[in-house]
Amino acid sequence: MNGHPKPAVMTRKEGGQLIVEPSGDWTVETIGDVVSRLRELERGSEHGRTVIDLSALGRLDTAGAYLLGRAVYRCETPSADWHFRGAHPSGRELIQEALASARDCGPEIDTSRYGFVRAAERIGMGLEGAWNEAYATFAFLGHTILVFLSSLARPWRFRITPIFHVMEQAGVNALPIIAVLSFFIGAVVAFMGANLLETFGASVFTVELVGLAVLREFGVLITAIMLAGRSDSAFTAAIGSMKMQQEIDAMRVLGLDPFEVLVIPRVIACVVMAPLLAFAAVVAGLLGGLLVCWSALDISPAFYVSRLQDAIDISHFWVGMSKAPIFGLIIAIVGCKQGMEVGGDVESLGRHVTASVVQSIFAVIVVDALFAMMYLELDI
Amino acid sequence: MTAGDDVIEVRNLRTAFGDHVVHDDLNLTVKRGEVLGLVGGSGTGKSVLLNTIIGLRKPDAGEIWFDGHRLGHMSGDERRILQSRWGVLFQSGALFSSLTVKENVLAPMREHLDLPKKLMGEIADMKIAMSGLAENAGPKFPAELSGGMKKRAGLARALALDPDMLFLDEPTAGLDPIGAAAFDELILDLKRTMGLTVFMVTHDLDSLYAICDRVAVLADRKCVAVAPLDELLQHDHPWIREYFHGPRGRAAGAARRV
Repeated sequence: MNGHPKPAVMTRKEGGQLIVEPSGDWTVETIGDVVSRLRELERGSEHGRTVIDLSALGRLDTAGAYLLGRAVYRCETPSADWHFRGAHPSGRELIQEALASARDCGPEIDTSRYGFVRAAERIGMGLEGAWNEAYATFAFLGHTILVFLSSLARPWRFRITPIFHVMEQAGVNALPIIAVLSFFIGAVVAFMGANLLETFGASVFTVELVGLAVLREFGVLITAIMLAGRSDSAFTAAIGSMKMQQEIDAMRVLGLDPFEVLVIPRVIACVVMAPLLAFAAVVAGLLGGLLVCWSALDISPAFYVSRLQDAIDISHFWVGMSKAPIFGLIIAIVGCKQGMEVGGDVESLGRHVTASVVQSIFAVIVVDALFAMMYLELDI
Repeated sequence: MTAGDDVIEVRNLRTAFGDHVVHDDLNLTVKRGEVLGLVGGSGTGKSVLLNTIIGLRKPDAGEIWFDGHRLGHMSGDERRILQSRWGVLFQSGALFSSLTVKENVLAPMREHLDLPKKLMGEIADMKIAMSGLAENAGPKFPAELSGGMKKRAGLARALALDPDMLFLDEPTAGLDPIGAAAFDELILDLKRTMGLTVFMVTHDLDSLYAICDRVAVLADRKCVAVAPLDELLQHDHPWIREYFHGPRGRAAGAARRV
């Protein structure tokens, strides 16, 4: 686009009229040079006596036409014929078209506020949002339970294939990563315990430490957090993209209940798989502790196992296991609920996947704390 | 740069997805200042051809030339200049979902132009109005628009840089008849006043009759005919006969002759 004459503008007075003579090429690439000059003209044209002489004008496009047209825009009849003189293949038409589409946009209203009120407003909105979110999640849980109960009455309506598919995707495929993570957590706890307890000469209690920590808390927590990060986001993304493509609407129209088809299989699969994964996590964690005790403290595997059996009551195992299905339920419910809330655009899909992971991890940890308090009161 | 010379040349193009050959030895030229309509049955690779021409897909064999520059063999600057002279309207608008309509139209201008912000905003407003959107559409997000409105917003974005060449993928599909007619009118206006070259994939027989100078027909993995519509009507290729002399083709033709 080089080598074209630059745009310029000349003006002269003639019998009370302001004659504007543009020359050169007025295209979107070139008009940058004449913008300020045209603004001046525009301000001086309130009397409605501006005439544009097109005879020296070169190439013109809609952006150039708009800029040129602004010179007469404030006149009473901006696209009247007497505004133009001189011949140009397309100038008059383009300018009139541009003027027809031009709008007088008023000054933009600044709605942003700052300071204390704004901060309070944001906090309030956040709290209200959190409350509504919690309320909606419980409502979703309630709805799911109702659908589940009504399916119990008609057990043939359970969808076996999707249940097993989700079990494989969310459960079996997560086994390696959960086992490895838990193994390392068990090892780290053992190392810390060994260091600390050695100062009291009580390093043999490392076994109790590892056993208690892994059985009661870490096994099931690692499982829940991995499920939240891995499967919960997948649930939200899968259901959310179906929502975006109107697949959910199509299901409703075809008489399929999306809760029955999408939510129930995921909930069942998570509730069933979470304890199994947690069990694997517990075993892997204990194994990690065993290796550290063996290598760092010279506690033989046989002694480690018999000490575990003597010192740790089986109830600790059940405490940990009892939490797993609840966590599985939380993860499935939050994931599906967020997926169902995805709107029509990609932006909301991303927002809901993030919200889903954050909320489920948050909920898991809060519920874990509640469990800890409950079992403390119950003396288990 | 006179009207009538070849601006796009597709030579011996071959496109294949695995074993499935979509185009084989396809040749097509687009002349400057014309509106070329591309028709073909579903799955004949119309959109694929469009994507290949605008460089989104690498041809498996063959060459594509723009004004004597071969696509894929240009310097970065040449390519940028070329791209600023293109406007592309995708089938579903392809608006950036995180930007408002006005910001969408502003996006190419901010990237390629050096103009005062206020003027760019005003030009964007003008393009939005030109493409037939209501005044309050500017600050809306794409998710709040209907399918037809998205298409118009996409057109406004395609026109943002006053391109010489416009690529349209089924521009009137999903528009109401009044909107589709207005769309045709707008394309004709732009072509007349600015010498726009338009390459248009379409199924809209009315559009073909109203605005296309020539129509290219994709069938049997090739471009079997490129000719003004009147000549195509006489063509004896079975698919072309079926297309233009089927019930819908006849209806659109009859409406045109009245």
